Amino acid sequence: MRRYAIPAFFLTPATVLIVLFFMVPVVATLLLSFTDISTTTLSKPSWVGLGNYRDLLADPFLKKILANTGKYVALTLLFNVGMGLVLALLTSLVPSQIGDQFRALWLLPRILPPVVYVFIWQGLLTQAPMGLVSDLLGVSKNWIAAAPWSVVILANGMVGASFGMLIFTSAIRAISRELFYAAAVDGATTWQTVRRVILPLLSWPILFVTAYQTLSLLTSFEYILLLTDGGPGFYTTEVWSLRAYHLALSNYFGNVEFGLGAAMAAVLVLIGILVSLFYLKIFNFQNLVVEPKVEVN
Amino acid sequence: MPIRPPSWRLILIVLGLITLPIGVGTLWLLLTALFNQVHGLLPVGNINFGNWRFLWEGSINGRPPIWVALFNSILFAATVAFIEVLVASMAAYAISRMNFPGRRLYLGMILVLHAFPAVSLLIAIYYILRVLGLFDTLFGVILVKASLEIPLGIWLMKGFFDNLSWEMEMAALVDGASRWTVFRKVALPLVRPGILALGTFALLSAWGEFILPYTLIVSGKSWTLALYLQSFLRESFVDYGMMAAVGLFYALPVFVFFLLGQKYLLNIYSGGVKG
Repeated sequence: MRRYAIPAFFLTPATVLIVLFFMVPVVATLLLSFTDISTTTLSKPSWVGLGNYRDLLADPFLKKILANTGKYVALTLLFNVGMGLVLALLTSLVPSQIGDQFRALWLLPRILPPVVYVFIWQGLLTQAPMGLVSDLLGVSKNWIAAAPWSVVILANGMVGASFGMLIFTSAIRAISRELFYAAAVDGATTWQTVRRVILPLLSWPILFVTAYQTLSLLTSFEYILLLTDGGPGFYTTEVWSLRAYHLALSNYFGNVEFGLGAAMAAVLVLIGILVSLFYLKIFNFQNLVVEPKVEVN
Repeated sequence: MPIRPPSWRLILIVLGLITLPIGVGTLWLLLTALFNQVHGLLPVGNINFGNWRFLWEGSINGRPPIWVALFNSILFAATVAFIEVLVASMAAYAISRMNFPGRRLYLGMILVLHAFPAVSLLIAIYYILRVLGLFDTLFGVILVKASLEIPLGIWLMKGFFDNLSWEMEMAALVDGASRWTVFRKVALPLVRPGILALGTFALLSAWGEFILPYTLIVSGKSWTLALYLQSFLRESFVDYGMMAAVGLFYALPVFVFFLLGQKYLLNIYSGGVKG
């Protein structure tokens, strides 16, 4: 009995919280997506089978939402990975003290509270004379409304770039010094060293960052919600996860399409589970599960 | 990189240019908060503390006093960090040190959840909090926020426990100490760097958290600073000066921490902590 009791004691708090806020929600998302639940039927929703999924397919805006989602994920990913790579390379080429300073600065968008971060964007992009961009370009507009996609991608990208930057920097630091000396002895220019020595060795980290960020971009909508809330106008920047959120939880749809929102979320949940399982496979699980060290019973 | 290219000064200029927006944004926030009016980055008029009247005027346009939001934010961040560190350390200790049936499965589950995008569960979590009667309470949001980061915490702390030599624990166990005593008195003090890293990460992440309180809290008395600041955006006339002051007030701990602990931040965020 003791054999089970002690580990159980240590694991219970974590297990309870994980069951309550991961396991139950996964099941609940799937179950709710088969009901007509809404604010009016919150206490006794009725089963509608695949009805929500049929509605989803029949949704005239589905094409628009899918196109937006693809655009958002692809372009932000491109910026994140590209900028992460550029930052990692450039900060590795300057003296490391200075390089560290720049890397730290790029962490700022990530650690700033999102509401403050988005407010700064709004301030810089508002009409003249307050908005800096309007002042500099000499055209006074609200630039978020004028170029919503560029703003959404840049604002998300500046937060996301640091993730790739840190991972690529560690990877560059792990490259053995001999390779750099050998390249230098052979008379390679900086660009040739980057192109022929560093980049080939970064292919695995690049793959990892791309895969990891695809999944988080697919499901994240916090910055879009704060920046444009899916607008301006009609669904201009509305992506899949934001639409699910709006349908189920936003007030201006009257909170009546909880089930449909749950159906859209269920699609994301299923993708999330499949992709995470896939990660587990490529991370080489065997190596991670080492035997425990202290075992006295 | 051991080789420094001859043109590194040029590279520095390029780096400076692409990093410029971050500096400009921070400067804009500072100037807009402090001056009467700012045109772009040019202050017009004098330094003006009127933007900061939310500090002494009690309620601004029917909002709860900022001190309520500040108190809630501190309570929220501190409790989330405490729960996260304690619960994750306990579980990580068990996984690192004990052999129990299902250990591999448990660890596999933690790994999958670590990669799983928790925000997609928000709709169901809203429903679950309603059923539990925790909707619109700070306590409910604290539990949700801590839970969603626990897989990450367990993973991080397990790494620290795994790297700990276990002779001291062994000695304590042989001397008849209980597993809990060994955990509390021997193991935990030795993984202080891990606790600090997870604690810092949890504090920063909870301090900035927006979407969870925004979705799960309605009443003003439970507002955090994130909700307080966001409420200005819903007004028809946006008072940029005051918003900047509120934003600076809210982000001040983050800026201070950033200035004092840059190196430390780089270390913990490079250590495989996801964002």
